[in-house]
Amino acid sequence: MNNPLVEVADLKVYFPMRGGLVQSQRRMIRAVDGISFRIHAGEILAMVGESGCGKTTIGKTILRLIPPTNGVLTFQGEDITRLQGMKLRTLRKRMQLIYQDPYESLDPRQSVFEILEEPLRIHTPSLPHSEIEGRVYSALESTGLHPVREIAGRYPHHLSGGQRQRVAIAAAMILEPEFIVTDEPVSMLDVSIRADILRLMLELRQKKQLTYLFITHDLSLAWMIADRILVLYLGKIMEVGAAHSVIHAAKHPYTQALVSVIPLPRPKPERLQIVLEGETPSPLDIPAGCRFYPRCWLWKQLGQPQKCLDMEPELCDGGDGHLVACHFPGHLALGIIGGF
Amino acid sequence: MGLLEIQGLTVQFNTRTGVVHAVDDVSLSLSSREILGVAGESGCGKTTTMLSIPHLLPKNATIMQGKILFEGNNLLDKTESEMEKIRWREISMIFQGSMNAFNPVHSIVAQIREPILHHQPGMNNSEIAERTQQLLEMVGISNTRARNYPHEFSGGMRQRAMIAMALACNPKLVIADEPVTALDVMIQAQILNLIKELSIKFGLSMILISHDLSVIAETCKRVAIMYAGRVVEQGTVEAVFNQPAHPYSRGLLSSFPDIFGRREFVMGIPGYPPDLIHPPQGCCFYERCPERLVQCAQNQPPMTTRAAGHSVVCHLYKEDQA
Repeated sequence: MNNPLVEVADLKVYFPMRGGLVQSQRRMIRAVDGISFRIHAGEILAMVGESGCGKTTIGKTILRLIPPTNGVLTFQGEDITRLQGMKLRTLRKRMQLIYQDPYESLDPRQSVFEILEEPLRIHTPSLPHSEIEGRVYSALESTGLHPVREIAGRYPHHLSGGQRQRVAIAAAMILEPEFIVTDEPVSMLDVSIRADILRLMLELRQKKQLTYLFITHDLSLAWMIADRILVLYLGKIMEVGAAHSVIHAAKHPYTQALVSVIPLPRPKPERLQIVLEGETPSPLDIPAGCRFYPRCWLWKQLGQPQKCLDMEPELCDGGDGHLVACHFPGHLALGIIGGF
Repeated sequence: MGLLEIQGLTVQFNTRTGVVHAVDDVSLSLSSREILGVAGESGCGKTTTMLSIPHLLPKNATIMQGKILFEGNNLLDKTESEMEKIRWREISMIFQGSMNAFNPVHSIVAQIREPILHHQPGMNNSEIAERTQQLLEMVGISNTRARNYPHEFSGGMRQRAMIAMALACNPKLVIADEPVTALDVMIQAQILNLIKELSIKFGLSMILISHDLSVIAETCKRVAIMYAGRVVEQGTVEAVFNQPAHPYSRGLLSSFPDIFGRREFVMGIPGYPPDLIHPPQGCCFYERCPERLVQCAQNQPPMTTRAAGHSVVCHLYKEDQA
């Protein structure tokens, strides 16, 4: 469990802003702004954060779908940052992406069979037709799509949202990857359908020894499914640690605020909510010092210490592998836990 | 008599593949100054029911039967020109603040001004300017952003603008359809707090439609749970969340992870909702129900009362249990 499958070191992904008259004055969108972390073999690491925090960009960069601006990506000990050609192709087989929207990720003109057969034809062109057929049917079978022969002949518009997401999962699994990035895999699905899809993903992890990077904005979902949670804000890691301790013993004021506003399926939840004012600033204009300080409730409470403006906090280990990037980390007596 | 009484509403859609029985015999009531939550998943008929109130159903929809009494008057008897006077002024809607809810070629302030111009023709320009400014301030949009266009606003800001527009003519009833869906949790908390604050301040009566039970738990007093075009359970939020009676309500509630509960995998509900072109003969939840009985396949379940104001439509209960 402790050998990293994926290692990300000082990753930066900048995008040039479109427009602007003078090329040299083009401003950069700092989508991912220097982050390092590891994903251990067999674990589920949930990456959470609000829209624009860079979580999708990180996922796609690890998959080598977006070129990194800086940093080193390592997959099973091998530097994959600059892989090209055939080597990159081989790598692609081993890592796959499951998208959020099963209505858009499947080609409407392809039947389910064609969707599943395509990756096999590309990556294993020598495979005989009978073998391809067998692999397609067994992928459908293992994702719970019955009856397989009938489903294989259908087109995406004949399928429900849950079935489509199963097809997307089957397509991601068909090359038997080791590592999967899932980007909000259930957020388009009805709540009662989600559990089945998540259970399927967990089952496949058991059977095929998969490792997941699970991207979501939903902290309670991350808490339920992941081994560890990584919290992002404006392209930087704020906190990372075991799922339970990030949710119930958050040390960063941003995580504490996020946890305090998790909607609860309980009547009249009496709890202290820390509702941050305003919205996340643009990644074009990242505040100096700690990038969270302008919205930080703790900074205000502590009398606006200068340190937060002057120095960007490092991600430090607070014990038990629970890392936090804050000058004043600590537990918060939110009173939320006592309420129940 | 409540502010709004929906009685036996039945709505069908004519589609190429057949007649969809989208809403079947739905009855709901809303008292003045109350927030009613309507919960359910896609295709359960919650939006169709609500769009029937201000006559905003698409052309292929037909209201087969039922009444919608608003302050005692049946809205279904009103003509289009009568409804025009009611919309915005008496009843307004907050849609999911997506781009499509706004006209992309008009500034935000121009769109908030529009219902005022239409419904209060007596107001002069400076009064209108004052009113729009007041509305923007109320929802927390700074005056410097008023002339921006919808695409220059974030999702949260658009939702604030949507709320300002809905309140522009001081309506008696506000229908909010998924007002915080697709917003980040922090923004969602901001918007829900704003809705709660404004509803107290102006004594609003509101119907809040959401697929998310936690949004309803945080905002509403009463809740109706819909499934496959029918209301399967309704009652106070306390009653329905603490003692859910319908197996669907129980399943739906157990589909949400609860960070203050046990860290276990949510149950979910296996299977898919029925095809409403061929609605089942018996209980609409029969196919997916873990507690189904023999009679459930054949007969539609009766409505029984569990406690004052808490009713459920299910064969598991007999009237004498109340």
